[in-house]
Amino acid sequence: MPLEQPTVFPIVARDDFTDVTFMLEIRHPAMARAARAGQFVIVMDSEHGERIPLTLADFDVDRGTITLVIQAVGKTTREMQQKCVVGSHLFAVTGPMGIPSRIGDAKKVVCVGGGLGVAPAFPQARAHARNGAFVIGVIGYRNRQLMFWEDRFRSVCDEVRVCTDDGSAGIRGMVTEGLRHAIAAHPDIDEVIAIGPPIMMKACAEVTRPLGIRTVVSLNPVMVDGTGMCGGCRVKIGDGIKFACVDGPDFDAHRVDFDDLMARLGRFRPSEQAALHKWAETCRMHDAAVPEDRC
Amino acid sequence: MREQDARERACNFREVSLGYSKEEALREAERCLQCPDEPCVRGCPVNIDIPAFIDKITAKNFRGAYDVITDTNLLPAVCGRVCPQESQCEGVCTVGDTLEPVAIGRLERFVGDMAIAEGWINRPYVEPSGFRVAIVGSGPAGMACAADMAKAGCEVVVYEAFHEPGGVLKYGIPDFRLPNAVVDVEIEKLRALGVRFECNTLVGRLFTVEDLLDTMEYDAVFVGTGAGYPSFMGIPGESLNGVLSANELLTRCNLMRARDFPQFDTPLQAGTRVAVIGAGNTAMDALRVSLRLGAQAVHCIYRRGKAEAPARAEELHHAAEEGVEFHWLTNPVAILGDGENRVRGLRCQRMELGEPDASGRRRPVAVEGSDFEFECDSVVFAIGTNANPILGQTSDLALDPRGYIATDAALATSLFGVWAGGDIVTGAATVIEAMGAGRKAARGMKAWLGLRDTDSVYAERPLERMLGLPPGEHGHARLRAG
Repeated sequence: MPLEQPTVFPIVARDDFTDVTFMLEIRHPAMARAARAGQFVIVMDSEHGERIPLTLADFDVDRGTITLVIQAVGKTTREMQQKCVVGSHLFAVTGPMGIPSRIGDAKKVVCVGGGLGVAPAFPQARAHARNGAFVIGVIGYRNRQLMFWEDRFRSVCDEVRVCTDDGSAGIRGMVTEGLRHAIAAHPDIDEVIAIGPPIMMKACAEVTRPLGIRTVVSLNPVMVDGTGMCGGCRVKIGDGIKFACVDGPDFDAHRVDFDDLMARLGRFRPSEQAALHKWAETCRMHDAAVPEDRC
Repeated sequence: MREQDARERACNFREVSLGYSKEEALREAERCLQCPDEPCVRGCPVNIDIPAFIDKITAKNFRGAYDVITDTNLLPAVCGRVCPQESQCEGVCTVGDTLEPVAIGRLERFVGDMAIAEGWINRPYVEPSGFRVAIVGSGPAGMACAADMAKAGCEVVVYEAFHEPGGVLKYGIPDFRLPNAVVDVEIEKLRALGVRFECNTLVGRLFTVEDLLDTMEYDAVFVGTGAGYPSFMGIPGESLNGVLSANELLTRCNLMRARDFPQFDTPLQAGTRVAVIGAGNTAMDALRVSLRLGAQAVHCIYRRGKAEAPARAEELHHAAEEGVEFHWLTNPVAILGDGENRVRGLRCQRMELGEPDASGRRRPVAVEGSDFEFECDSVVFAIGTNANPILGQTSDLALDPRGYIATDAALATSLFGVWAGGDIVTGAATVIEAMGAGRKAARGMKAWLGLRDTDSVYAERPLERMLGLPPGEHGHARLRAG
């Protein structure tokens, strides 16, 4: 039977992990069926919205849903944090985009997730586990209060190492500490997958580079269309230029120019700050006009 | 034709060309010689019966003129604005041998705009054929193919990856050249024909081209996804902030409405001194958009001469009028940074023209020791696109050596039941060429499905034109009483 594409994208579940991090489960049966670990979607929260890329944190064929984990940092994501309640819907959700992660013949894999990166690292850990690999999860947060999805990692990983910057849970230190511990305990690691802020992925790449362990990172540069059309997401890989949206988002960590990535991630910062500022202003005015619980 | 004043229009996104008044159109139509060999018809990629529609204008039968055009071209308001007429119909016009050729494009636009204003629509009565056709991409190729297949009684669904349909007509061509509202009217006409648009759908990834035929039960598929994978030059400094493709600039500005930031959320760090590399229509759009976004100086950098510039004559003219500075025979060699990852300038070298190359244009050769620098804070590449890789990655469609979809002369691909046309087959070309390809593919599909062509049968035409003709003569179309 022909698949009907939804024209609205209803939010069927929401979970707030912290006061800035939240999870949305969105009904989209066709995408739930098509999605593979490592792919991403582009979301618009309203008709006037911008297109933001978000890596899939989960997808469930039985429930007919996809799951996104979002950090409210800019105007759009903070607006989503306010507006996206169960029963509301998003204006546009397109995907799955990008080349799925290669779930190859690796027998022992480390999946490193840092901060928000814990979410997209989860489907990769699960895919490797289902493929029969021994999976070591290394998940890192700033502190215990910001932790989420440790249970999910434990449900698919053979071993999980939690790291917190302040030592309030697990190993004290960054995920690179956890990664070093894992490598020390397991000399036969075939592959490392690292997802998180660029600086974290860069640090992980430097841990594995001298050891020659294949390391894959998932890049999330600024995008517009997500279909290869604008070139805004171009990244330096070795000597060449690749578009993260259609040539990635997974790349060989040892060939990624992370400094270039980080410099380009900041290219709209002044506009982003202006938008956030204006939005916050509007909200304060709104606050004054209506009871607080409405905003 | 009346135009907005150059200085005024360079600060707004309203249309530059204001279109003919009725009197102007009648005066221009008079100039057509109605010559018997009709070179203009052959010069048109979709072979509009140009003398016939001009004749109708002369007779003040504007609706008749619209009917003639829409026999072969669904989108007169679009094509009248964006076709490169000087290299097509107007380029071969007999009047043009001695005088200015008849302004066929402007007349076409006049008719198209009148149809929009009057709400004319030529909707054929179509008897459902029972066939289902999927179209991948809602740009000009897909729209033209969709129209023809819908008229042939097929159930047509158009899949679009963006959140609204229109393809390059929406994201690429700016409003001052082709208002998005005009595109929306044309899309509504397709909807009236029964065409369904499914946006937010990335074919290849959400489902594959093969799925369309195998599990989604379509009888035929047309792929018109456009070229879309912008080229960069590979010179130093391309990843500096302030360097972007024309596609990104135009998409942010036109489709995502970054020009109305922060009312719309999409940002666009517009430069104050902008250098656009290339001299095609996309480059002209990027230059003129940059002016309207408030740039103080806008430079066009092109390695060949003005005569070799691929842009429409009118676009070059409009750009120059609005204050674009052209640097012919100039090739960028490096983008210079300010030490904080931002663009501060461009280093270029002078070129001279040598022997003709494969494209027939004289090859530009660098002049030794001619390097020079100039100041700018934004560099936009408008030097063409490569093949979009998504369908190649996700289907068994055979590709040509450059990565475009390989087809035979009738635009059939290597997959049974799948046709392709437009930029994804030819590489970057024009709107009308893409529409011509969409129609050609539709002819192939109809023949393959055993459908007869019903292009020119419209229910809302004067009844007497149809009387006396047995309904069977109209293939699958039937005259609707009343």
